[in-house]
Order: sequence, then structure tokens, then C-alpha cells
Amino acid sequence: MLQLNQIHKIFNEGTPDEKMAINQVDLTLKPGDFVTVIGSNGAGKSTLMNIISGVLIPDVGEVRIADKDVTNMSEFNRSKMIGRVFQDPMAGTAPSMTIEENLAMAYSRNKTRTLRRGVTKKRREYFREVLESLHLGLENRLNAKVGLLSGGERQALSLLMATFTEPSILLLDEHTAALDPSRAELITNLTKEIVDKYHLTTLMVTHNMQQAIDLGNRLIMMDKGQIILEVNEEQKNKLTIEGLLAEFKRIRGAQMASDRAILA
Amino acid sequence: MFTAIFGSFEAGIIYAIMALGVYLSFRILDFPDLTVDGSFVTGAAVTAVMIAGGANPFYATIMALFAGFAAGCMTGLLHTFGKINNLLSGILMMIALYSINLRIMGRSNIPLLNADTTFTKIRGVFDEAGIDSFFNGILSTVGLSDSLPETWGILIVMIFVTFVIKFITDWFLQTEIGLAIRATGDNKRMIRSLSANTSILVVLGLGLSNALVAFSGALIAQQGGFADVGMGIGMIVIGLASVIIGEALFGTKTIARTTLAVIGGSIIYRIVVTLALRVEFLDPGDMKLITAIIVIIALTTPKIIDSSKEKKRKAQKRTRMIQASAQTRGENHAAIKSDS
Repeated sequence: MLQLNQIHKIFNEGTPDEKMAINQVDLTLKPGDFVTVIGSNGAGKSTLMNIISGVLIPDVGEVRIADKDVTNMSEFNRSKMIGRVFQDPMAGTAPSMTIEENLAMAYSRNKTRTLRRGVTKKRREYFREVLESLHLGLENRLNAKVGLLSGGERQALSLLMATFTEPSILLLDEHTAALDPSRAELITNLTKEIVDKYHLTTLMVTHNMQQAIDLGNRLIMMDKGQIILEVNEEQKNKLTIEGLLAEFKRIRGAQMASDRAILA
Repeated sequence: MFTAIFGSFEAGIIYAIMALGVYLSFRILDFPDLTVDGSFVTGAAVTAVMIAGGANPFYATIMALFAGFAAGCMTGLLHTFGKINNLLSGILMMIALYSINLRIMGRSNIPLLNADTTFTKIRGVFDEAGIDSFFNGILSTVGLSDSLPETWGILIVMIFVTFVIKFITDWFLQTEIGLAIRATGDNKRMIRSLSANTSILVVLGLGLSNALVAFSGALIAQQGGFADVGMGIGMIVIGLASVIIGEALFGTKTIARTTLAVIGGSIIYRIVVTLALRVEFLDPGDMKLITAIIVIIALTTPKIIDSSKEKKRKAQKRTRMIQASAQTRGENHAAIKSDS
């Protein structure tokens, strides 16, 4: 479903600030794969996400989605196939617009936008139905401005907006990192539920090792722009945080740099 | 006095179309678009030249829409594809339009006093139908016979036209494309992740905004009886004044409410200016200063009122709490006394 072939990306090439962000990364996701990505700050996780979503174009290499070469396709065109949830709860929704209007915009993602009404009666019924699956009571607040929702509610809505059109790829970029533990758990459970329901091919970046181990069927660890560890389904079932840290130490000969990763 | 108020109502409802255009760029797209100063004149210039050349005035007025649309799209292209800062692309376009407007007009002023304009046609229809004499008859019976307006046609037709534009705007902003334009002004990153081409949406939004502005300019030229290359100076501030005053007075709960508020704001702005100019000390040259002061007042007073309310509320709460604690302390004191 998603194929990354020999991806390279260097920032500020030829200046003293030159930084190898992604170094020869190959990754293939089969349909229905749910891959969690861990790694310390600056490992290149977010850059990888941005290359897949089209915010950044790789210097070398090829990105294929659903067997189509999308390496040079613009971000908004690619978005037809990609659902995204950002770390910042403010980033995924339009605060001055209502819940139903936000959903209507997400609903038009894989269609051409026309001069038809965004929120029709029929769509409103559908929105109510999908909102019920969040169990947050948002289905009764269709006309509330999204700016009035809490961070957790917004993130749940973002998740729904990213997924209910069943994109080919779902990218989750630390989407629970800005929430308190109980809200984060709620979003984590919703993620599991929704990904199962639509059988979405998912790539999730997280700093929370436990979450990385609990969710998904595969796990990759990144460091200094490279994938240094790939864990398949079988191995992943036996994985523990201690095991992961030991593995990192074995490969890199150093302690994992991120305190957040260990504490989380 | 009545004639003055009537006049400002009439002007206010025509300028309201311009204010709706400014609302589209300033509030919906979050783009402070200074093109307005130029595109207002472009609309007036195109229509005036065509009317002076003997074209049908209705047709000439519609052409102003297209001229404004083109000007707005240019600003949008400068900003999105030229990657020029939004304020600067508006300023560049405004300056460029000054010369373009002179080219269109061929000279700096085109009088339309004896020409056949949209409004002379409307006036003719209203005269014939006897609507003017009907309304003026009512006014005379309530004792206003010394200040009768020349025609009611412009006011009535313009109320109709402005409200049609308002309803079209309301409808448009609820369509799929309209929602995407609103989201572009609200959260670009989000709507891009929902597969919308924000560049084209900005260009389209600015085009529509300036089309309305130019349309308003075309009508003002016909109402005033001339097009002048300097008639657009400060237009953006007048538009902002209308939007801000309207929003402050009438609220912004929904889109339909806000567009109505903008129209109201435009009329109130005109009335305030008219009243201010009646002060002996002020003369017409002070109008821009008055506009600037109105905008400053409209921007600052709501905040001052809010903070003074907040202060009062805190002071009340403090006194209540002091009284309450004094009471409990008093009771404790009494309890101790009775023990001993």
C-alpha cells in the first residue's frame, strides 16, 4: 500500500547547518499494516511523515502509494489518499467553524469540491452516526464551534475527520502527546477501534514506548535518519520496554537519548 | 436633517457591497487586502468609460464585477505564487491599479451628470409608476414636506440588490468550496491536509472580494455622477470601519448574522460621518481623519468596556468575600466568648 524506496533528505545542504534528516530509508507497508515508529528527538520520524504526506519532497528516492508514484505529487493532491492527525490538537480542525462544517470539509476530501451545500440533511444524519462512534456526545453538538471543544475532543474529532473517508494511508504524528494521560488513553483506544473498523494502513509516530508496543502489528525504531530496528508481528507480541531499550543499546552502543521516551 | 440622513442611508447601502467584499478578504480569508483602494476605482472607471461611450448602463455595471475580479486575482497570484507578503501584494496591486485606472479613464475625472446611468433609468421607472409621489405624500402628511428626497428608487432598488448579494454570499460560504475558503482563512494546514488547494482558494476568494468592491465603486460613480481617480483613497479603512462597527453592534454568531451586521455597520458609519460633518468646526477635508477616529473608537472601546466590567466584577466579589469572612469570624469570636 505504501512503499518508500531509498529515501534521502538533507536539510541546508552545503551550509554549516547541514543535517542528514533521512538516510537511505526503505519501508513497505502491506494493506492493513499498522506500524508504530519510535526514536529519539531528531531521529527523522517527523521528516519521514512529511515526506510521505508531501509537505517535503525527498532529495533522492521514490514514494509510492497504492502502486502509484507520488514522489512529486503536491501535498493537497496526495491528501486525497492520506489521512493525517497532527500532534497539536489545534492543527487538525478549523476553530471558528462548527463541528458539522468541519466534518463536511473532511467528507469532501476524496471528492471534487463543488457549489453544492457542504452540510445537507442526508450528510448531517451520516455525521451524527459517525460522531456517535466517538462516545463523546458530540453528535448532539453539531452546531457548536470547534474552538469551544477541549483538546481531547478536538483530537478525537480530528481522528474521525482523518479516517471516515477511509484513506489509503493514515499518518498519526504523536497525536496523543499533547493530551493528559486519561485523554491520551481515550484517543489511543479510539485509534485502535477506528483502524480496526476501516482496516486502515497506518503509520504512527509516538514517544510513548508502551503505546508503540501495545498498538499495531509492526514496530520500527529510527535513529539519525535511519531505520535501525524492525520488529515483525511475531516478535512484537513478546516485546517489552526494557527489551526495546536493551536493543537500542546493543545497536548504537549508547543510552537512548530521549528522557521523554523512557518516562512516558 | 432628514435629507442628510436619507442620503447617508442611500450611500451606506451602496457602500455596504464594498464592505461585504472587505469582509470576505479581511475576515473570511484573514487577508488584509489593500487592493480595495484601487479596485473600487477600477470598477468606477470601467463603468464610467462605458457609459460615457454610450453603453447600456446595466451592462457597464456588470462589467465592473469582472474588472474587480481580475484585479483581486492578480493580488492573490502575487501572494500565493509570487510568495509576496499579503500586505505588500495588496499595496503593490493598489499602486499598479492607480496607473491602470488612469489608463482606463484616459483622464483623472469623468463626469456622468448628463449621461444615462443605472440610477437615472430607475428614477424614470419610479417616477412613472408614481412610487416617489406616494412616499413623498406620506412624508408631507407627517410634516416633512420641506425636505423631500428626489427619488426613492435608488434606496429601494439598492436595498434589494445589496440583500441579494448578501444572500448569495451567505449561500456561497456554506457550499463545499465556500467552506474550504473559510477554512483557508482559519487553518491552512488543516484544509491542505483535507486535499484543498489553498493557493487557488485564496486567489478565488480575493477575486470575489474585489469583484464586490468594484461593483460598489461602479454604483457609487453613477450615484455621485462622476468617476475620479482619487475616489478610492482610504476605501479599505471605510470597509474595515463598516465591518468592525457592524460586528461590534450586531454580533457575529452566524455567517448570515455577520453579513447583515456588515451592511448595518456600513449604514451606521455613513450616518456617523454625516452627523460629524454637520459640526461647524469640521469640513469635508476632515473626513478621512473622522474615519480613522471612528475605526480607532470601534476597535478600542469594546475592550475598555470589557475590562472595566471585569474590574467591577472583581471588586464586587472581593467585598462579598470580605463581608462573608468578617461574619464567620464574628461568629467564631462569639462562640469563644460564650465558652469562657
